[in-house]
Amino acid sequence: MSQLTIQQNLIEAAQQRILLLDGAMGTMIQDHKLEEQDYRGTRFADWASDVKGNNDLLVLTQPDIIFDIHCAYFAAGTDIVETNTFNATSISMADYHMQDLAKEINFEAAKLAKKAAEKYTALTPEKPRFVAGVLGPTSRTASISPDVNDPGFRNVTFDELVEAYVEATHGLIEGGVDLIMVETIFDTLNAKASVFAIQTVFEELKLTLPVMISGTITDASGRTLSGQTAEAFYYSMNHVAPFSFGLNCALGPDLLRQYVEEISNVSECLVSAHPNAGLPNEFGEYDMGPDEMASHIKEWAASGLLNIVGGCCGSTPQHIAAISEAVKDYAPRKIPKRDVKMRLSGLEPFVL
Amino acid sequence: MMKQEDMLEQPSQASANFINVGERTNVTGSAMFKRLILEDDYEKALDVARQQVENGAQIIDINMDEAMLDSEAAMTRFLNLIASEPDISRVPIMIDSSKWSVIEAGLKCVQGKAIVNSISLKEGEENFLHQAKLLKRYGAATVVMAFDEVGQADTEDRKFEICQRSYKLLTEKIGFPPQDIIFDPNIFAVATGIEEHNNYALDFINATRKIRQNLPHCHVSGGLSNVSFSFRGNNPVREAMHSVFLFHAIKAGMDMGIVNAGQLEVYDQIPAELKEAVEDVILNRHPDATDKLLELAPKYQGDGKAVVKDNLEWRELPVNKRLEHALVRGIMDFIEEDTEAARLEADKPLHVIEGPLMDGMNVVGDLFGEGKMFLPQVVKSARVMKKAVAYLNPFIEKEKDQGSSNGKILLATVKGDVHDIGKNIVGVVLQCNNFEIIDLGVMVPCAKILQVAKDEKVDMIGLSGLITPSLDEMVYVAKEMQRLDFDLPLLIGGATTSKAHTAVKIEQNYQQPVVYVPNASRAVGVCQKLISAENRANYAKELDAEYEKVRVQHANKKPRTRPVTLEQARANAFDFDWSSYQPPKPKKLGVIPVDVELSELIDYIDWTPFFLTWSLAGRYPRILQDEVVGKEAQSLFDDAQDLLKSLCEGGSKNGKLQAKGVMGIFPANSVQDDIEIYTDENRKSVAHIAHHLRQQTEKPKGANNCLSDFVAPKHSNKADYVGAFAVTAGIGEDELAQAYIEDGDDYNGIMVKAIADRLAEAFAEYLHEKVRKEIWAYVPNESLSNEELIREKYQGIRPAPGYAACPEHTEKQLIWDLLDAEKHTGMQLTESYAMWPGAAVSGFYFSHPESRYFAVAQIQDDQLLDYAARKNWDRLEAEKWLGPNIQ
Repeated sequence: MSQLTIQQNLIEAAQQRILLLDGAMGTMIQDHKLEEQDYRGTRFADWASDVKGNNDLLVLTQPDIIFDIHCAYFAAGTDIVETNTFNATSISMADYHMQDLAKEINFEAAKLAKKAAEKYTALTPEKPRFVAGVLGPTSRTASISPDVNDPGFRNVTFDELVEAYVEATHGLIEGGVDLIMVETIFDTLNAKASVFAIQTVFEELKLTLPVMISGTITDASGRTLSGQTAEAFYYSMNHVAPFSFGLNCALGPDLLRQYVEEISNVSECLVSAHPNAGLPNEFGEYDMGPDEMASHIKEWAASGLLNIVGGCCGSTPQHIAAISEAVKDYAPRKIPKRDVKMRLSGLEPFVL
Repeated sequence: MMKQEDMLEQPSQASANFINVGERTNVTGSAMFKRLILEDDYEKALDVARQQVENGAQIIDINMDEAMLDSEAAMTRFLNLIASEPDISRVPIMIDSSKWSVIEAGLKCVQGKAIVNSISLKEGEENFLHQAKLLKRYGAATVVMAFDEVGQADTEDRKFEICQRSYKLLTEKIGFPPQDIIFDPNIFAVATGIEEHNNYALDFINATRKIRQNLPHCHVSGGLSNVSFSFRGNNPVREAMHSVFLFHAIKAGMDMGIVNAGQLEVYDQIPAELKEAVEDVILNRHPDATDKLLELAPKYQGDGKAVVKDNLEWRELPVNKRLEHALVRGIMDFIEEDTEAARLEADKPLHVIEGPLMDGMNVVGDLFGEGKMFLPQVVKSARVMKKAVAYLNPFIEKEKDQGSSNGKILLATVKGDVHDIGKNIVGVVLQCNNFEIIDLGVMVPCAKILQVAKDEKVDMIGLSGLITPSLDEMVYVAKEMQRLDFDLPLLIGGATTSKAHTAVKIEQNYQQPVVYVPNASRAVGVCQKLISAENRANYAKELDAEYEKVRVQHANKKPRTRPVTLEQARANAFDFDWSSYQPPKPKKLGVIPVDVELSELIDYIDWTPFFLTWSLAGRYPRILQDEVVGKEAQSLFDDAQDLLKSLCEGGSKNGKLQAKGVMGIFPANSVQDDIEIYTDENRKSVAHIAHHLRQQTEKPKGANNCLSDFVAPKHSNKADYVGAFAVTAGIGEDELAQAYIEDGDDYNGIMVKAIADRLAEAFAEYLHEKVRKEIWAYVPNESLSNEELIREKYQGIRPAPGYAACPEHTEKQLIWDLLDAEKHTGMQLTESYAMWPGAAVSGFYFSHPESRYFAVAQIQDDQLLDYAARKNWDRLEAEKWLGPNIQ
């Protein structure tokens, strides 16, 4: 299928129903109880530093496991899977001294997810499947100082972030993703660098893919880690003309609801949400079961808040299957028509 | 500020929204912010931003376009710091620069959606679209100037055409969201006397309407103060013009603007006659509208007080003589008209400056030299001259012809010092004599002085300072100039400087001429001698000889009275029978912040020093009747009254100039030369220690005084007290003075500071009276006239650190600590312990009936070491701070 046909299919599907994302990748990988040797595989057997926990590396060393996880989500009803590239920027990979592998990981991760998508599209042609190439937040923040005594200091610059994101985006697109998703945004300036990079790559390759933006409200303050309200955050990122805009991670559906609603009220594009399966318990595990999570999401769908929904930390194919069942009878959120206004933001929104 | 809010509320009824952009964090618009940034004081600079947001700014404009700055680095640093201040960064930022690289640096630091100010077609479509495309990618709205390859748009048609073309390019070629475009169709000055300018305001208003009607979703903004430029110096008229302009522009669709807080009148409160005349001008309703407003304007100058018209016979004279008359008399009314007439007669506009204007200034210079004109008049003449030159400049620019000046002189108040009245006067007088002046302002670090001197290729450097630590800084500058092989003459001036100090401490450190300049009138002669190559050598020789003589005299100078040892001095301390004395217990103890209306202080002003500032000697009020200077003194006094009145407007909360103070009285007892200040009446725990110095020359009749002697000694077991205060009447003085100076009005620029100084002294007097009568209340029934107050005929004293009785400046820190003075008043101490704002007084209160002022004067080595030990200093540190009292 050509890229244009795929995008056409995506837009049509989004008009007809609430689309499903996948659930957690990390939670699924944990179930395999992989050890250092498994992460290394043969290629990195002699790598100088430990690599256990570098989940993104698994697309190179354990591609079958990742492929199977993608397939499990598609089987549960997912329309759009996310590539296993949350940390696959040169900046985050540097923690394992693997910065030079960033592009390769993005490329291979995209190929794996695409292979799974094609398999399921062939199985159910009436429900075409898509791949969102994930750009994560990186391990550094462009608008927060890591040194409390020197608030003007930064350990990463906008330009460095752009460079890293350009490389990752090239890898994802060459690997065949259908969309780009910037997710778990806790510092908007990082995300602005990512969309700057995405648009630079689009221009270079003379193509445009749909871009999904998903931020993270870190706690009950209702703000991102870098201090913006959900609405202010939306105005900061709206210039990329996103395909969808939403929130993920940090909170379970119960606590996230009001912020999804806030986004739903202002967003002039599709609204997405992929909450955690509750908050982690004292063992770092997520307790909210598929049915409980699905009952929350059902109410969101009934309230007309949603276009795209899935799960983040702690969610599994069972959660996705339950959510899929819960929302199937509800129409997707209608995109409101808003007045044309200049919408600016600091930490808070400002409209003229 | 009140005015502005009223004003912005009122026209907003016409249109739902008008956004005023905060402009205090702009180095090109705020002298204070510029100083803070140049001095790397980002903490305080952040406070400026915070105050703006707290005062309701919905967007803050940040501009770092200053030649002395790495603007990109400054923009990055400031924005990064703002990002850590949620109470500032909650509002959107306007990234303001004429340099694209600075704009980009700024965009890389803001997580919110910002506005860029600005881009335009000035450098062609390609550049314009390239920048706009990047803005889209960074996610920013933008101001677009009505400026194209040909130039800035002036007429309605040009304004609209350029905006329309920009709009089409942006929206059609690159899909820039139209709602994120803010057009700035250029507000220009009207009523300039040039006919083509008459329609400028209407052009803006009409273009605004057309833009809003034809270019959907976009916005219109502008910088308001330009429109009234030709009425600089007449604030009531300017404010009326701003208000009328905004009223009509907002109705036409202007929805954003940079509006100076202090420069707005409430539309409905403009007197009908003035409003009518201003509307005629703004809306260009009559060909003679400008003339009518010019006619009316003086009536409203300084709060509408009627101004006596001059005899106009001189208008019949030929143009050269008219210019001379205007310069000598300081008459502004016709200067543009006459300058234009002279320009039409001259071959080149520059010839008007070099010919009739310089001739006129030479007459002024001669009269001043002969003592027939006085400083205030000369400064007024300079104001006229500046206006004429400003008028001619556009014509001269066109011919790209540079004027030749006598020479370039850099002036600066040295690091750690904030006082600049004298320096500003010298600058004006030198400018009158055709020297080009680069004034770096106050608190200027040595490195910057020398860098600018090099970059600007100046011909000499002039240093100024008022407080004693500045003397050391001047020595340092001289040493640096020697080390760096400078060959420029160095001028030394300011209240604490002296020929002796220059000769003994400065001149020997620098091989090029170093000249002590005692006052402004001497500056011209000195500079003229130094500027010419042949005279300089001779003059340098004369100076060498003269300073050598001073040094010899100084070395031979025997103290008039013999020194005594510290031990002997202490033995001859103020003798008092404490057992039969009960120190008065204050009514209120502890720190009390003090707010006061400027108008309450007027009666406490001692005017005599004010006249001295302007080099008019004589005691007030007699000076007003003085045969020689009486007339000029009266005129100066009248101008001061007018300005004072306008400064009092708005009251303690909203006035352009404000006063703030803090005082406190604390339990205290003396221990030898120190005073222990206790946390409470238990007198067990010592909160602070005040250190004082003792007179150390032989006193056959009196005592060897030390301030601590006026507080009951600890061993007397009497509960005594000491007070402290810090007051300023200078909040806003720098900005006000700068605004005047930027408007070419040095006269009022200097006047503002001279008045603020007087008000600060008056505040100290006022507060001391309150302390005597109400707070410490040891003379509740005191009743003294102002005259008696000035002569200090009251009980108790209020000596100030840095002055005779307690000459050591670092003790001000104690006052700051005791009172938390910065928190309560915003007053600050520089590294040399100068107070900022400059119009400030701080000191101690002593209640003792026999306490009196005295001068510590020379101290000996034993006291130097004793004091150093008490302050926990080494010898070097002590020598630094006690410099004026040793040697």
